[in-house]
Amino acid sequence: MAGNVVEITSSNWDSEVVNSDKPVLIDFWASWCSPCRIMAPIMEEIAIKYGDKVKVGKLNVDEYPEIASQFGVMSIPTFILFEKGIPKKFTVGAKSMETLLTELGII
Amino acid sequence: MENYDITIIGGGPAGLTSAIYATRSLRKVALVEKGVPGGQIATTDLIENYPGFPEGISGPELMQRFEEQAKKFGTDFLNLFNVSEISLEDNMKIVRSTDGRSIISKAVIIATGQNPRKLGVPGESEFTGRGVSYCATCDGAFFKGKKVAVVGGGNSAIQEALYLTRFADSVTVIHRRDQLRADRILQERAFKNEKIQFLWNSVVSEIRGDQLLRSIVVKNVQTGEQKEVELHGVFIYIGYEPNTDFLKGFLELDENGYIITDEKLQTSIPGVFACGDVRKNALKQVSVAVGEGAVAAMSAEQYLDELENKNI
Repeated sequence: MAGNVVEITSSNWDSEVVNSDKPVLIDFWASWCSPCRIMAPIMEEIAIKYGDKVKVGKLNVDEYPEIASQFGVMSIPTFILFEKGIPKKFTVGAKSMETLLTELGII
Repeated sequence: MENYDITIIGGGPAGLTSAIYATRSLRKVALVEKGVPGGQIATTDLIENYPGFPEGISGPELMQRFEEQAKKFGTDFLNLFNVSEISLEDNMKIVRSTDGRSIISKAVIIATGQNPRKLGVPGESEFTGRGVSYCATCDGAFFKGKKVAVVGGGNSAIQEALYLTRFADSVTVIHRRDQLRADRILQERAFKNEKIQFLWNSVVSEIRGDQLLRSIVVKNVQTGEQKEVELHGVFIYIGYEPNTDFLKGFLELDENGYIITDEKLQTSIPGVFACGDVRKNALKQVSVAVGEGAVAAMSAEQYLDELENKNI
C-alpha cells in the first residue's frame, strides 16, 4: 500500500509525533484485529485528503506495547489525536471516515 | 443507486449463509454490514458445538471461512454500512445507510443479530475501550498480568472468563444469582481454574477511574451491602438485545424487539425476510442461524420467481 501513513515506532516517536508541526492522528492496530484491517485503507484516504490538516500514523500494539499502554489503549482499533505529543482526543472502534474525523474534531 | 436482486443486512452466520445460497441461485446479492463481517460469533474464542469441527474452531476462523465461501460465489460486500432505514417504492426496497448511501433491491433479508446488553451504570460508557469491554477475544491481550472481572453467568461469560485467564492474573466472575447458567462442562472448567473467583448474588453498580478504569462498586443483591473492588478491566456478558431500532414502525416486532416471521421466515412486509438471532426464535446459536439463513434465501428466491412470473 502507498506510504501516506507513517509507521510510528519508539525510535521515531519524538521526531514524528512530539516535534510534528501538524496534529498527528495515530491508529493503534494489530495484525490479528479484523476491524483494524478494514480501517487501513480509510487511514490512507485520510492521509491523502486531509494531509494538510493532520499527519496520519499507525502504531502496531504488539510491537510497541509500552507505547500503547502509556496512552491507555485497552481495545483496538483505538485512534488518538496528538498535538506536540500530547493526546488530545480519542475514539475506539472501526467507523467510517466521516464519523472518525467528526469524532476527533478534524472536520 | 446500485440495483440488486437481494440485499442482505448483516454479515454474521445467518447473513453469510443466505448470501451463499442466494448467489448460488445466480442472484445479484449485496451484503451490507455495519462493521466487518463475522458477527457476534467472530468475537468468541472457541466454538465446540458447531458440527464438523470435533476439535472445536475459533470464532474468527469459522467466520473467515463463511465469508470466503460467500465471496467465492460473487456476493458484493459493503462494510461500515450502518442501515438507517428500509423504505418501499412499489415492489422495490430501498436500504439507506446513516452516511447517505443507498441500495435498491427486490427482496431484503434482515440478519442483523443481537448486540451485548449494557449494564446501564455510571462510568460504563465513559470507560468503554479504557477498561470496559464486551469482547474478551478482542481486548483480552491488553490485560496481561492484570486483574479483571467478568459480569454474567451464562455460556459467554464463563467461556470468556476461561479465555481471560490466559492473560490476566485474576478473573472475578460477578453473577447476580448464586449459581451459573452456563453449560455444566464450562462450569466445571471454571471451578477448577485457580485464577477464577466468584462473587455470587452480586451486581456492578458503578465503574470508576481517571483516564483508565481503576475500580468498580459491587452490590450484594441480598444484603444491599456495597464494596469497592480495585481492578483494571470489566468484561460484560449479561445477555443481548436485537438490532432492530431501524425497523420500529416498519415491520412487526415482538415485545422485546425481535422480528416476527411466518414459517418461511417472511416478515409482515412481503419480500422482506429475517433470519438468525434477530428473529423471534427458540435458540440463539450458529447452527440455528445457518439453517435459518438457508431458509430465508430460498424463500426470497421463491418470492423473486413469483414477481418475475407476474411480469411476463
